[in-house]
Amino acid sequence: MQNAIALLDCNNFYASCERVFDAAIKTKPVVVLSNNDGCVIARSEEAKQIGVTMGAPLFKVESLLEDNDAEIFSSNYPLYGDMSNRVMNLLHNFTPEVEIYSIDEAFLNLEPRKHSLDTLAYSIREKMYKWTGIPISIGIAETKVLAKIANKRAKKLELKAQGVLNLYRSDKTEGILKETNVDDVWGIGYRSGLKLRTNNILTAWQLRETDNRFIRRLLTVVGARIALELRGVKCLPFEQVVTKKHSITCSRSFGQTVSNYKLIKEATLYFLTRACEKMRKHNLAANAVTVFIGTDRFRPMPEAYSNSATYSSTYPTDSNQEIQEWTIQTLERIFKQGFEYRKAGIILSGLVPSEQLTKRMFEDERFQRQHKLMKAIDEINQKFGKDTVRFGSVKTEGSWKMKQTRKSQSYTTNWNELLIVR
Amino acid sequence: MQEIENFSGRVFIGGKFDFGKREFSDDLLIPFILSKVSAGFPSPADDYIESNINLNRELIRHPDTTFLVRASGDSMINVGIHPNTTLMVDRMIETKSGDIVIARIGDEMCVKELFIDDDGKVLLMPKNENYKPIEITEDLDFEIWGKVVCSINKH
Repeated sequence: MQNAIALLDCNNFYASCERVFDAAIKTKPVVVLSNNDGCVIARSEEAKQIGVTMGAPLFKVESLLEDNDAEIFSSNYPLYGDMSNRVMNLLHNFTPEVEIYSIDEAFLNLEPRKHSLDTLAYSIREKMYKWTGIPISIGIAETKVLAKIANKRAKKLELKAQGVLNLYRSDKTEGILKETNVDDVWGIGYRSGLKLRTNNILTAWQLRETDNRFIRRLLTVVGARIALELRGVKCLPFEQVVTKKHSITCSRSFGQTVSNYKLIKEATLYFLTRACEKMRKHNLAANAVTVFIGTDRFRPMPEAYSNSATYSSTYPTDSNQEIQEWTIQTLERIFKQGFEYRKAGIILSGLVPSEQLTKRMFEDERFQRQHKLMKAIDEINQKFGKDTVRFGSVKTEGSWKMKQTRKSQSYTTNWNELLIVR
Repeated sequence: MQEIENFSGRVFIGGKFDFGKREFSDDLLIPFILSKVSAGFPSPADDYIESNINLNRELIRHPDTTFLVRASGDSMINVGIHPNTTLMVDRMIETKSGDIVIARIGDEMCVKELFIDDDGKVLLMPKNENYKPIEITEDLDFEIWGKVVCSINKH
């Protein structure tokens, strides 16, 4: 018997994370804002119902939210990241075959012979809620594409109470595919959707029933695979293996625009410090650093500028001092006076395991000293808090700091911000 | 892409980047990290050292369902929970009568002893004579959040 694929999706994930720790917002509309408190990026069910749209700029919905006694949060990524990690780890209690697809979605590979799929799905949903406080929806089917459709459907209102839809070998599949727009099929983008619609293929069911040679001519092999998945033929691989990090990025939008070189440099070196810490934590060393800066995306041409540059070295290193030298040289090349910068960031790439540094260590006494120094600095900062020891050239977060006026506490990651109980 | 020779390395100018990418800092993903406690034995005893004591391993049964919260009032003072005591809560463990639990009543989170009598009546018991038990009736919006497995008091 063919294995079943389940897609688990945390409902309104960011808003749900906030609710786990804030008893006062259990029944209120909740929204979470993007970086710098710009737009709505997550909504609780109640917020959807009062008509707050995804991506709406805060200033447009602020009065609506106030009128409905809604709770507004700045994004709290440490909290969401930690909660996501817990959810994903816990899924391994049900099957070892888990593919983490995004921060709030995972595919599970289930053997229908071993368990009743419905019973299992309900039990996963119930346990995950009890263990983490996060509500989830589950869609089950023969393939990933069908599981996606089942999941979307499980979220729909009439099924909310259960949050589970099992389409594995189900006679409900045909009806649901007939009600699913072809554009809503996973993997069908805007252009493919347009091509299908001009050929009068409007629903997922029609796509499934169309001759595969025709689909292949229209949408290449990629589209043909999706059509096959709709027929219950597995074409998309189950990817369990976590790929090793290829690069580490640290970038942020500034709370206000910055035009001064000194401030841009400070921000860039701050990002670099964070990225280097992360890199050493994974026992990696970098061969290259990319620096990028940019003005607001929406600025008209004469005031718009963005550029990036990469410095790549012969030797990999894990020392801030060395990477800082590379970064400053690179930044100097792309920085232009007279622009109002909104974003900056750095990417460490060409990552290699730091054991590979040993060879260099023996050759280069200066490097060896730096390597030890960095390890010591990381240990001190871990013990006594971020930036207890830092390089003189690196300032702590300055005027470019992210605007986050409504952030909740880091309940799960900061000793001083724990949930208070009476 | 333009390439410029530079010291031991090379600089490339240009290229596209996705500014909107989300980043999660890995160092925040592991719930609690305590630094290693070195046993500090003199060398003749080295042979007898098995490993260091790791408090996380001793105290946390289910790391993914374990959360830390902080007590504020004095209603649980008789079981050693004072204002500012840090409580370790495991949400995976099934709670039973007699357990110290974190519960949500309406919009408030509290720590109390769970008491279920023979008739199935549920009470939240404070551990301080100055406070009264709270009876959990049908109409209360009530939820058990997790079981307190450990209290941490600094002295």
